[in-house]
Amino acid sequence: MSVAIETPRSPRPVRRQRRFNFEKWGWIYMRASGVVLVVLIFGHLFVNLVAGQGVKAIDFGFVGGKLSQPFWQIWDTLLLWLALIHGANGMRTIVNDYASNRLVRRIFKGALIASTVLLLLLGTLVIYTFNPCPAGSPADLLPSFCAAP
Amino acid sequence: MSNAVLENRPAVPEEIPTFTATLIIRRFDPEVDEEPHWQDFDVVMSGTDRVLDALHKIKWEQDGSLTFRRSCAHGVCGSDAMRINGRNRLACKTLLKDLDLSKPIYVEAIKGLPLEKDLIVNMDPFFESYREVQPFLVASSKPEKERLQSPVERARFDDTTKCILCAACTSSCPVFWTDGQYFGPAAIVNAHRFIFDSRDEGAQTRLDILNDKEGVWRCRTTFNCTEACPRGIQVTQAIAEVKAAVLRGRP
Repeated sequence: MSVAIETPRSPRPVRRQRRFNFEKWGWIYMRASGVVLVVLIFGHLFVNLVAGQGVKAIDFGFVGGKLSQPFWQIWDTLLLWLALIHGANGMRTIVNDYASNRLVRRIFKGALIASTVLLLLLGTLVIYTFNPCPAGSPADLLPSFCAAP
Repeated sequence: MSNAVLENRPAVPEEIPTFTATLIIRRFDPEVDEEPHWQDFDVVMSGTDRVLDALHKIKWEQDGSLTFRRSCAHGVCGSDAMRINGRNRLACKTLLKDLDLSKPIYVEAIKGLPLEKDLIVNMDPFFESYREVQPFLVASSKPEKERLQSPVERARFDDTTKCILCAACTSSCPVFWTDGQYFGPAAIVNAHRFIFDSRDEGAQTRLDILNDKEGVWRCRTTFNCTEACPRGIQVTQAIAEVKAAVLRGRP
C-alpha cells in the first residue's frame, strides 16, 4: 500500500515576465555598447591625438575636415549615441540606487531623459549639418581656409 | 633505557602571550538611546582568541548588557556576522592576532537591515527574499528511490551549497544598503544552488523570479559579497552564472 501525496507544497504562482524586460535589456546594452565603445573611443583618441602631427593638428579646420567625411560622420554618430545612452543608463541606475524619494527619483529621471534626448538631437544635427564656411557670413568671422566669396 | 621516560615526558606548554585589545563597539539600546553610539572596552586576550572571545569576555566580565547573536561559535551556524573594522566577518572566525592590534577594533552590526539592539539586526527581510527564490528541491517524481546524480553534475553547484545564511554578503552589498527590495547575493546564491541542480525541475520558475526589476540585474559586480563570504563562496561568479542562465532561458 502506498500513500500518494500530490504536490505537498505548491509553489507560489509566479508572475510571468512582461515581453520587454527593461532591466535585462539595459544590462545587455551596457555590455554590448561597452565593447563597441572601447574600439570607437580608442580609434577616436588615436586619430585625433597620435596619428599624423599628433595633438598639435587639432584646430577648427581639423574638426571641420573630419566632419565633412562620411566615414567620420558615421563614426562620431555611433560614438555620440552609444556613449550618451550608455552614460545616461548608468546615471539611471545610480538614481535608482540612491534616490529613495519617489518624487525626487521621477524628477531626476525626467531631467536625465530630457537632457539625453536634447544632446542626442543637437549632436546629430551638428554632425550632419556642420559647415565651416557658411555662405553669406562676414569674412572676418570665417576661418582662413574658406575660399573668398 | 631509564631516561626514555624522561625524554618522552610531554613538554610543559608554553605560556600563551597575552595582550590588551581595545574594542570600540557600536551600542544601541532601543529603550534608552535615540541614536547608536560608540563605546570602547579594553580586554586582555591571548593569541589564540577570536573577536567572539573578546565579545564574550566583555559581556561576561565587564558589561552584561552587551547584546549579540552567536550559536555554534565555530563558523557553521552563521549567527554572528558583524562588521569588524568595516568588513563583514564572522566574529567566531576572525582571530584577534590577524587584526591590527595597535589600533582599536571597531565592531558594529551588519548594515542594511533594521538595527534592533547593539549587534543584533532584524533578519526578517533577509529571510523573506531567501524564501522567495524557493530554496528547496522541486521534483515531480515521487521519492520512491534515490534521484541519481553524477559527480560532475554535483560539482556544478558545489560552491553554493556551502552557504550558511549569515547575511554577511547581502549586508555588504551597496545596492542592498540603499534598495531593501533587492533580492541580495545570499538569495541568488541559494537560487543558484537549485537552478544548477540536475535533479531539480523548478529552475525556470526561479529564473523568472530573478529576472525581475529587483533581481539579478541590480547586481553591479562590486565583489563586496565575494570578499565578505566567510565560507569562501564565489558569490559574484554565482550571480553572473545566474545572469547568463536568465539570458539563455535555461540553466
